[in-house]
Amino acid sequence: MNLNSYIEERKRALANSDRTALIMTHVVCGYPSFEDNWKELEIMAEYGVDLVELQFPFSEPSADGPLFVKANQEAIANGVNVEDCFAFMEKVSSHFPFKVIMMGYYNTVFKTGHGTFLERLKAAGGVGFILPDLPVEEAGELHQIANQLDLAPIVLMTPTNSDERLIRLAEAADGFIYTVARKGVTGSNTEMNQEVGGFIERCKTVTSLPLAVGFGVSNKYDIDFIGEHADIAVIGTAALKAWESSRESGLREFFNQLLN
Amino acid sequence: MDLFDFKDGREGYYGEYGGTFLPEILHTTIEELTVAFRNAKEDPSFWQEFIQLLQSYSGRPTPITHLENLSEKLGGAQIYLKREDLNHTGSHKINNVMGQGLLVKRMGKKRVIAETGAGQHGYATATMAAKFGFESKIYMGAVDVARQRPNVFWMENMGSEVVAVTDGQQTLKDAINECLRDWVTNMDNTHYVLGTACGPHPFPEMVSWFQSVIGREAREQMLDVTGQLPSKIFACVGGGSNAIGLFQGFMEDTDVQLIGCEAGGFGPGKGNHAARLAYKDASVGVAQGMKTYFLQNDDGNMLETHSVAAGLDYIGVNPILVHLWEQERVRFEAVTDIEVTEALKMTMRSEGIIPALESSHAFAQAIKEAPSMEKDEIILINTSGRGDKDIFTIADAIGDDHWKRFISQKAAEYES
Repeated sequence: MNLNSYIEERKRALANSDRTALIMTHVVCGYPSFEDNWKELEIMAEYGVDLVELQFPFSEPSADGPLFVKANQEAIANGVNVEDCFAFMEKVSSHFPFKVIMMGYYNTVFKTGHGTFLERLKAAGGVGFILPDLPVEEAGELHQIANQLDLAPIVLMTPTNSDERLIRLAEAADGFIYTVARKGVTGSNTEMNQEVGGFIERCKTVTSLPLAVGFGVSNKYDIDFIGEHADIAVIGTAALKAWESSRESGLREFFNQLLN
Repeated sequence: MDLFDFKDGREGYYGEYGGTFLPEILHTTIEELTVAFRNAKEDPSFWQEFIQLLQSYSGRPTPITHLENLSEKLGGAQIYLKREDLNHTGSHKINNVMGQGLLVKRMGKKRVIAETGAGQHGYATATMAAKFGFESKIYMGAVDVARQRPNVFWMENMGSEVVAVTDGQQTLKDAINECLRDWVTNMDNTHYVLGTACGPHPFPEMVSWFQSVIGREAREQMLDVTGQLPSKIFACVGGGSNAIGLFQGFMEDTDVQLIGCEAGGFGPGKGNHAARLAYKDASVGVAQGMKTYFLQNDDGNMLETHSVAAGLDYIGVNPILVHLWEQERVRFEAVTDIEVTEALKMTMRSEGIIPALESSHAFAQAIKEAPSMEKDEIILINTSGRGDKDIFTIADAIGDDHWKRFISQKAAEYES
């Protein structure tokens, strides 16, 4: 099942539950270890997470905040490579009910080769990819191959974009749109407010794709806010923080306050 | 050849290299910068203001110096220097920084950020910020902070905040990443003063344009002083801004050989050096906003680099120079740390001039090639910066006991 149909199916299921938004979480491959990743993912599955971003570590994660920078670096220092990430993805996507999306930086894809990378992503059970440093102008060939393989290229929209630019972004997108709720890097706090709401409404005027809202989601209020305006709440840094503070119990506690 | 005529190609591309690879959130900011830069470039009064500022503030034009003793000693070509070391703040970095400062004024921004490796660019940016009244923050790898304290001292005393970056290898590339993180948060009031002709378009073009003042002056001066053009021109290449600055003056003179000198460090082999083109350890990749040659592994993760010169210790290289290298217009050579130290000693002893460790790479390569050239041939070397700032590193490399004793005494004084 491709990402578009999967999200439609999950949205129908959501309508019959007391949850207000779909949930996408994030794991940096091999940080702190693949064993830890697996335990995190088991808990995420327990809480009915809909989508998971598996980040392929890169040595220059310039769009990430301090916690993910450290995670990227330590994973690489531990010897995690692209091969390991695909092997892990295959294991994850065949075991868990949620769908898996590759997240990372463009050089990882470029060095592997556009066609080879996407074929391996497909073979590993991934349904899409997010490359925050690849502008749509440079993404033509990659998106074309993705289209042939029925993989969704996830495009980011940001509050600094003009309406004209948002239209250009919408044309290149598939699966869902990742809307960046604010300026800055991953992991800083965002107050979910009128301004964010206004930006999401602006995105809706240019696309009919589902909208994910990222950057700084950390509590139930944020989830409800996103549910009201958009479709998918993205949980990144806050979950890793919870895992770092007290592993299984920390992560469960985090999801309890977030989702129940 | 107009390197910056993008009519036939893609905007910001030099052959296959360059481009703009940035997070979407910076799209508008970089577009605004490109428009402001285009307007400035097309406005003759902007260049005039720029040149006047460099004349009154930085002592331009910088002179040409004939190294008679060294030329005699080597027995071949006549060696001349373009003296960028005589700029205010001690290197060519000030050219680019003052240009961007004028552009920031035009854009109405109030805050500047900059990365720095050796500290020369940070030092120049701190100077510019003090002069123009901008708030400034300089990001510098913690390893570089440790080896270039004198520059940090001056930056702080001119009112800049210096942040020691502890991510990654804690050198130049990590400082660039940290600048990008600052910029994605503060783009509304902040300009990123990138220090070399790398990064996303329009930076390679913009920095090259400001640095082209070196080559414009040098060509005229060489014709004035020697009545001929040099046979070979040598410049060190870290990011590549002093090299492209000088080379641009001679682009149409196809008989003039242009030679970029990279950091050979300990010699060939991954992790031992920062030579992207002269050695065979680099490959094409996309990082730090651009597509160019990077020292990276098969997964596209960057390798450790090494050079005695902090300012050359960089994973990537100017995309314009890569294009010129592919077209065989520019030749690339690597020089090892040991060769660099020897060249520096020889230059100090024979001429009383102290080139920066970065610039000494160009000296070392020129010293290798001069003896086999004719006596009526001319070599021009870009002395991109002065070596005083490297006193700690040079003293270590030379193993100067008097210096060591002085530092121990000083340390004892501070501890008592």
